[in-house]
Amino acid sequence: MELRPNSSTSRWFQLAAVIALAGVFVFPLWQITLEAAQFPGGLQMHIWINKVSGSDKHIVKNINILNHYIGMQAIHPESIPELKYFPFVAYAMMALGLLGIWINKVWYYGFWFLLLAILGALGIYDFYLWLYDYGHNLDPKAPIKVPGMSYMPPLLGEKDLLNFYVKSYPHFGGLGLGLAVLLGFASFWTKWKFNKMQ
Amino acid sequence: MKTKAFEIIPILTLAALLYSCGGSDTGQMITGDAAQQVYVAPGEYDEYYAFMSGGYSGQITAYGLPSGRLLKEIPVFSQYPENGYGYSEETKPMFNTSYGFVPWDDSHHIELSQTEGEFDGRWLFVNGNNTPRIARIDLKTFETVEILEIPDVAGLHCAPFITENSEYLVSGTRFSVPIPQKDVPIDTYKENFKGLINYVTVDPEHGHMDLAFQIEMPGFNYDLARNGKAVSHGWSFLTTYNSEQEHSLLEVNASQKDKDLMAVVNWKKAEEYLEQGKFTERETSYFHNLMDEGSGIVNSTERSSTRILDPKECPDMVYFIPVPKSPHGCDVDPTGEYIVGNGKLSADMSVYSFSKIMKAIEEENFDGEFDGIPIINYEAALHGIVEKPGLGPLHTEFDGRGNAYTTFFISSEVVKWDVESKEILDRQPTFYSPGHLVIPGGETRNPDGKYLVAMNKITKDRYLPTGPELAHSAQLFDISGDKMKLILDFPTKAEPHYAQAIAADKIQPNSVKFFDIESNTHPHATMGESRSRVERDGNEVHVYMTAIRSHLAPDNIEGIKLGDQVYFHLTNLEQDWDVPHGLAIQGATNAELLVMPGQTRTLLWEPKRPGVFAFYCTDFCSALHQEMSGYVRVSPQGSDVPLKWGLNEELHNDEEAALEFQENARKLANNQ
Repeated sequence: MELRPNSSTSRWFQLAAVIALAGVFVFPLWQITLEAAQFPGGLQMHIWINKVSGSDKHIVKNINILNHYIGMQAIHPESIPELKYFPFVAYAMMALGLLGIWINKVWYYGFWFLLLAILGALGIYDFYLWLYDYGHNLDPKAPIKVPGMSYMPPLLGEKDLLNFYVKSYPHFGGLGLGLAVLLGFASFWTKWKFNKMQ
Repeated sequence: MKTKAFEIIPILTLAALLYSCGGSDTGQMITGDAAQQVYVAPGEYDEYYAFMSGGYSGQITAYGLPSGRLLKEIPVFSQYPENGYGYSEETKPMFNTSYGFVPWDDSHHIELSQTEGEFDGRWLFVNGNNTPRIARIDLKTFETVEILEIPDVAGLHCAPFITENSEYLVSGTRFSVPIPQKDVPIDTYKENFKGLINYVTVDPEHGHMDLAFQIEMPGFNYDLARNGKAVSHGWSFLTTYNSEQEHSLLEVNASQKDKDLMAVVNWKKAEEYLEQGKFTERETSYFHNLMDEGSGIVNSTERSSTRILDPKECPDMVYFIPVPKSPHGCDVDPTGEYIVGNGKLSADMSVYSFSKIMKAIEEENFDGEFDGIPIINYEAALHGIVEKPGLGPLHTEFDGRGNAYTTFFISSEVVKWDVESKEILDRQPTFYSPGHLVIPGGETRNPDGKYLVAMNKITKDRYLPTGPELAHSAQLFDISGDKMKLILDFPTKAEPHYAQAIAADKIQPNSVKFFDIESNTHPHATMGESRSRVERDGNEVHVYMTAIRSHLAPDNIEGIKLGDQVYFHLTNLEQDWDVPHGLAIQGATNAELLVMPGQTRTLLWEPKRPGVFAFYCTDFCSALHQEMSGYVRVSPQGSDVPLKWGLNEELHNDEEAALEFQENARKLANNQ
């Protein structure tokens, strides 16, 4: 079956992309799960666009208590600047996305999805830097010091960190962001295809 | 119970030998799948909670069924140094009574709260026998949260029997005494001694108890009770013994009459009389001790009056029915129609019919009266007699399939019989001499007739010996089939009298994992380590201390002086499951503390000599638990060591004390 986009296909894709992007306010971007014998069900930490939460409301506090033994810095979500300005970036991208529906030009769709992809990649790189910093920048007076050991959780995947087995994967919000890029590309491509058909 | 029984046994040994159906065979056959039935695999849960009273321990124990594993001992009527219950400043008032601070008791009967005749899993009630009291345990936290003293009675054995919507906890005096108390010769029993039946309301929302009224009764020994359910809702049944009204050598003198009396109380009628104002108000003294949920502090208040209803002035409220020979338990079947009177010295058991009782009352089919209380004709009220079921019937529970199960103390067995036909269906020996028995929901309208636990009074050779004092023994039977099958034998703490068992899923989902620190309203709570401090007020010193893995803050304290009263207010800042912290201080003559996450508890410490004393966490909380400790320095009286406290050299100084110290130092220098 040949795909035959009509004049409004790209607009629908773009609208879907904006809705998928809005998911970052409804679901966490990423989930880090720490599993150990003493924690039935594991400890789930959720990284949102604007906050850090968990499987219960005390999860950050409880992870900080555990982390202090190995000298990791306490996670203070209120002092992470990204959590303050990332939401505005997301709002801006949603506004620019909606603008695209009105403009409805192939170059604009291209610009939007590329910008979103670059911002997303930068966000993941920034997340990586935070993980690196938490995992490597350890208090020299830590009660438990294992020579040569660092505690950086995996960006994507699973890893043993002392007594914890750590799993790190995107959550629905992160998947929504990826989907938004794909849908943005779809609106660009369908628009390009539609223009070629004319 | 035990002593008395031992003395009865020789008298009845011959009878037991001659008794055709009382033979208990100790070579009990255990069928092959018993181990599988009681095996709860690692990581799996029991199907039921069984709450057993502690008897002379004054506490309650929670066991899992069918495994028989001990889950928790809940401190109720006895101080518990293990966690500071009754020693901490917050919980000390729980033991206030009109006799002063009474830190022990004898707990007998467990009653779970009910809604529409079924256990609702909200609260647990238990009686204190010696200093008449009723306690309430919150099943969200498994903590004793309320104790109400019952005024003017003696030996609150007959308690705290609950009605089917938890409207009332009904109790009666085991020992009749002069009411109100007065200095009279003991041999004036018949003219001066009285009994009381007490009705305590339970607030349906919060569970708070309140003494509604007391019914003045003839001076008998009120032993056990049950309330009607379904058709008989609104009525209470209480067995009595010593209708002879003797006051010495009761084992002989109170066992003379062929029949004693069961009291039948129409409490709905009593409510009407109360509303009409047909009561007398009497000055008395009793205490109500209630824990505040937010702060965990027990508030103790003395109450000074009680409302008495007199059956002579309130007709149609109380009746008696004859029951053969010193009845013990009286138990109402799930339909509410049949009431079993367990005449403990009788060869037969009497089963009464509620509808026949009502008919006899209506037709005034009475055999005289006692102190103005009509005695219902025995035969007219009788459903029938269970003939020669065994020796020494004590208690009966039901399986919801029309069967009753009765314990026989003397012949040491449980007997299953059909309530309707009174036919005996099965008998199994127990090891040895059972008192109460429990079937999950066995008291309710809807029993879960899967298991039966017999709680024995005599243990002897059942387990490895532990010297003269032995654990009591319980036997678990599978009663799902026609015949009862013994599947487990397990030791129990102290002396469980009655127990009640409830499906775990009625309690498990509501169990609190830790206290929300944001809801902690304790006036001495320390909300965060940065607020930890030490304050002096005359010779009272208040240490506002926090605990979080793995340190106490402050952990260095100086400036305490001999003669000071030091209050350690420890707040556990953790907000995770199963992270309690303890506090033990060298030289503490009271107890240690165990503080749950989010909770504040206070221990009073009165230093006895100058020096430096260690304190530490007693609950192995973390990998660095052994490091969770500190020092408190005690200086002689009148010394000028300033008040200082800190954590990791961040010593905070009491400005005033520091200035005073400097000024003294300056004065000293000038003088030189």
